Amino acid sequence: MIVLAKVKVATVWLSGCSGCHMSFLDQDEKLIELSKRIELVYSPIADVKEFPENVDITFIEGAVANEEQFHLLKLIRERTKLLIALGDCAVTGNVVTLRNCFQDSVKEVLEKAYIETVTYNPQYPVQVPKLLEKAYSINEVVKVDFYIPGCPPSADLINYVITEFLEGRVPSIEEKFKYG
Amino acid sequence: MKPEEIQKIAETEHDLRMSYKYRINVCCSSGCLPFGAQKLLKAFEDTIKELGLERVCKVARTGCVGTCSVAPVVLIDPGNHLYQNVKPEDAKKIVQEHIINGQVLEEYLYKNEAYFSKQYRLILRNAGKIDPLRIEDYIAVGGYSALAKALTQMTPEQIIYEISLSGLRGRGGAGFSTGQKWNFVAKSTAKPKYIVANLDEGDPGVFANRTLAEADPHAIIEGMTIAAYAVGAEKGFIYIRAEYPLAIQTLKKAIEQAKSYGLLGNNILGSTLNFDIELRLGAGAFVAGEETAILSSIEGLRATPRPRPPYPAVSGLWGKPTLINNVETLANVPLIILNGGTWFSKLGTPKCTGTKCFSLTGKVKNPGLIEVPMGITLKEIVYEIGGGVPDGKKFKAVLVGGPSGGCLPESMLSLPIDYESLTQAGAIMGSGGIVVIDDESCIVDTARFFIDFCMDESCGKCIPCRAGLPKVREILDRIMLGEGKVEDLKVLEELCYLIKDASLCGLGQTAPNPVLTTLNYFKQEYLAHIVEKSCPAKKCILKKVEVVKE
Amino acid sequence: MSERIVKLIIDGKEIFAKPTDTILKAAIDNGIQIPTLCYLEGLTPHGGCRLCVVEVKGNPKLMTSCTTPVSNNMEIITNSPKLIKYRKQIIELLLAERIHTCSVCIANGSCELQELASKFGVDHTNVSRNWERFELDMSHERFVLDHNRCILCTRCIRVCDEIEGVHTLDIKRRGKDSMIIVDLDEPWSASYSCTSCGKCSAVCPVGAIYVKGKPLSETKRKELPKFITERRRR
Ligand SMILES: Cc1cc2nc3c(=O)[nH]c(=O)nc-3n(C[C@H](O)[C@H](O)[C@H](O)COP(=O)(O)O)c2cc1C
Ligand code: SF4
Ligand code: SF4
Ligand code: SF4
Ligand code: SF4
Ligand code: FES
Ligand code: FES
Repeated sequence: MIVLAKVKVATVWLSGCSGCHMSFLDQDEKLIELSKRIELVYSPIADVKEFPENVDITFIEGAVANEEQFHLLKLIRERTKLLIALGDCAVTGNVVTLRNCFQDSVKEVLEKAYIETVTYNPQYPVQVPKLLEKAYSINEVVKVDFYIPGCPPSADLINYVITEFLEGRVPSIEEKFKYG
Repeated sequence: MKPEEIQKIAETEHDLRMSYKYRINVCCSSGCLPFGAQKLLKAFEDTIKELGLERVCKVARTGCVGTCSVAPVVLIDPGNHLYQNVKPEDAKKIVQEHIINGQVLEEYLYKNEAYFSKQYRLILRNAGKIDPLRIEDYIAVGGYSALAKALTQMTPEQIIYEISLSGLRGRGGAGFSTGQKWNFVAKSTAKPKYIVANLDEGDPGVFANRTLAEADPHAIIEGMTIAAYAVGAEKGFIYIRAEYPLAIQTLKKAIEQAKSYGLLGNNILGSTLNFDIELRLGAGAFVAGEETAILSSIEGLRATPRPRPPYPAVSGLWGKPTLINNVETLANVPLIILNGGTWFSKLGTPKCTGTKCFSLTGKVKNPGLIEVPMGITLKEIVYEIGGGVPDGKKFKAVLVGGPSGGCLPESMLSLPIDYESLTQAGAIMGSGGIVVIDDESCIVDTARFFIDFCMDESCGKCIPCRAGLPKVREILDRIMLGEGKVEDLKVLEELCYLIKDASLCGLGQTAPNPVLTTLNYFKQEYLAHIVEKSCPAKKCILKKVEVVKE
Repeated sequence: MSERIVKLIIDGKEIFAKPTDTILKAAIDNGIQIPTLCYLEGLTPHGGCRLCVVEVKGNPKLMTSCTTPVSNNMEIITNSPKLIKYRKQIIELLLAERIHTCSVCIANGSCELQELASKFGVDHTNVSRNWERFELDMSHERFVLDHNRCILCTRCIRVCDEIEGVHTLDIKRRGKDSMIIVDLDEPWSASYSCTSCGKCSAVCPVGAIYVKGKPLSETKRKELPKFITERRRR
């Protein structure tokens, strides 16, 4: 992956707490170094509406919990060369998938979030994407090329992985990561 | 009792037996009982009494003849005439024609020559011929003479030598040399020593050991007692599953009789041998048949396997040397003692001597319990003895070795039955279950069925088996639903190798066999499910589109 | 009897051991690491997790080093690619077997399974995860039993039986349905035999038995195996 042009990188925020993105940003001054080599083509922190074509590396934070995310993820996979699951929610499903332990989880989740714990005008939402019956980790929906577990993964680990890939090497994260 | 007295009983009983012109053997074993065998026995007894033929014809209750598919059956000697599907109403007619007029009733006759012609009934030689509840019947046909010979004419070393010479290997599945095993136990110096006869037989569709116990219980007891003498054990256990009530009753009675004849207890046959046998009932788990799990169970613990070493021969029951043998293995022993190891070693193949009982089930014309010489081919078993696949269906595969056996295709049918050939083909001898599968069965479904069984029976002690098998099943489920991916096959295979190589006991180590062999011999069927989303046997209902996966 | 010494080769290294030693002990004594999970020094080896399997030359079967005694001229390999692959798979199966969401787990940061996952680079699971939920037993005033994290290593059962000597804990059912039980499957608070000694929580390698209200990092005691061994010797 030695490219002269800037490497096109996307970061995606599915069902996660945004902690992984925070960690990504925690690379701090190293981001400046990175920005010389990458171009951020899609991200929650960049105002791009549609996921672009021909992305080199996509980081995905969060699990897949609704239909919109499901379709988006399929599209991302088609348009991405190297797909990286970033953080426990993307890698294992983490807390997002805990609802899978319950029967009829969609109803239970909605009830808890929009009725039971709401004091003012409790009602089911109408304009949010439909929840899937089960929540999924990324690799249950599409093929994943690399995993960075952690809740969140440390900024150093993220930086290490991305730098290695930019150098054309496959990072080895044994003993460097930790779930949770 | 002295050996001579046994000889005496044998002679009297033999003469008595010979004094009858006819002997009507009514099978009253588990296969025939549900079809009214008891009533049939009574009908024959009554008829004989009515016609005043008590001195001419003996009516006897016996164990399984081996043709349970045409139950209830009656075997009339001399001439070995086997009548099938006999009803109590038929008793009169049969007695009238066969016993009084000397006319064989063709219409009732079991005509399948091939079924028996390829068999060699050694272990089952008395099955269907003697009354299992009468020790005298067993003695009359030479029973306990091997024990007498062993105790009076042989040293323990000579016995072990003969057993080693015979080449006898364990019939419980693994095929370990029996002579070697006995030698290990004999050499252990710790006291006391124990013997466990394994009659757990937890495999579904397998009933050879049960049949043996129901038909010829004293053969097991005699074999155990000789073993006790050879290895120096004082106490024996027969570990039998509680689901075998008739076999339990039969063995209980047999042990009582042996005790009352002084064939168990102290100073057996006037020798210095003291040996007693106790029945231990298992609660019916497949894994409880594994030798170290039996030890735990007999000790009153959960029936979970233990790592070996230490081997039971060194540290078994309560830490003492323990000989564990399958009951079929033990039933061979009296014959070897009587006829010599060399005689036995000429039966079967050079590396795999003797005979083996198989429970032939599934899609064959003549299912049943068969006994064949080692080295016979699968083809002979399926097509000649079994009569091939019924109802014009086609043969697809044969599962050899019970639920964790291998699924072999038509092209492997010329395989000779012996431990090594089977293992090489991916199957096992196991406890001798052979299931024939026709073209109406889906191979993936079949593999899943057996994985399901092993998964339910896993004791849960070790992770590959406990956590791996459910995953194997999940993948098979997905494939059967049409949700499988080609990559799944690789995951499936890798999981299977892990379970096979890293599991603690034989259950886990063999459980993947049905999947591995079908992946090897029937990969196209898996691919049909995955790629074409169709089931060649039209068994699985494959979802074309799955909501979530678009 | 004078102590006999056996010679063996582990990973190409010639070492000496007592004939009563297990392969694992011989390896540890000679600075060779073999991963373990169900093994705990001082407790009867269980042989269940299968992480410690090694190849023994001339033996077609893999042997668990925590249970197999050494013998003279044994040649052992502890880290072949095959063994490493199997270990990874075992860790993966454990992560998928019950509900392991480390981020919200009491053991986060002091969990042996989590540590092993990192060490072996098991950064995801290929097999799907299970979502069967077990009720927690929170009835005991000091301890919690959370089956959702339990890896059925039986350390707790063994320590309770062999060291505390009360055998409060055991397993019910079998296979994937196996579950740790208290006495005859009663709520922990109803147990007559439990002395509330806390040894079970101290030996649990994961977050399945723990002291109420405290993260494991605060209650985990590194000196425990030594303590157990001492107790064993009486
Ligand atoms: C899961 C499992 C189930 C077994 N079940 C039986 C059984 O029902 N009967 C039996 O004789 N051996 C059974 N075995 C084999 C025994 O462990 C043991 O090898 C055998 O009893 C030894 O006797 P043998 O040398 O006469 O074959 C089983 C093994 C495993 C792994
Ligand atoms: S292989 Fe299966 S049955 Fe055997 S010890 Fe392991 S979990 Fe139990
Ligand atoms: S027990 Fe260990 S592996 Fe499981 S969730 Fe807790 S920290 Fe993670
Ligand atoms: S607290 Fe002590 S006595 Fe109670 S279960 Fe745990 S180890 Fe056993
Ligand atoms: S509770 Fe802990 S120590 Fe006990 S079996 Fe489960 S994981 Fe092992
Ligand atoms: S039980 Fe009667 S023939 Fe088998
Ligand atoms: S540590 Fe040896 S099997 Fe678990």
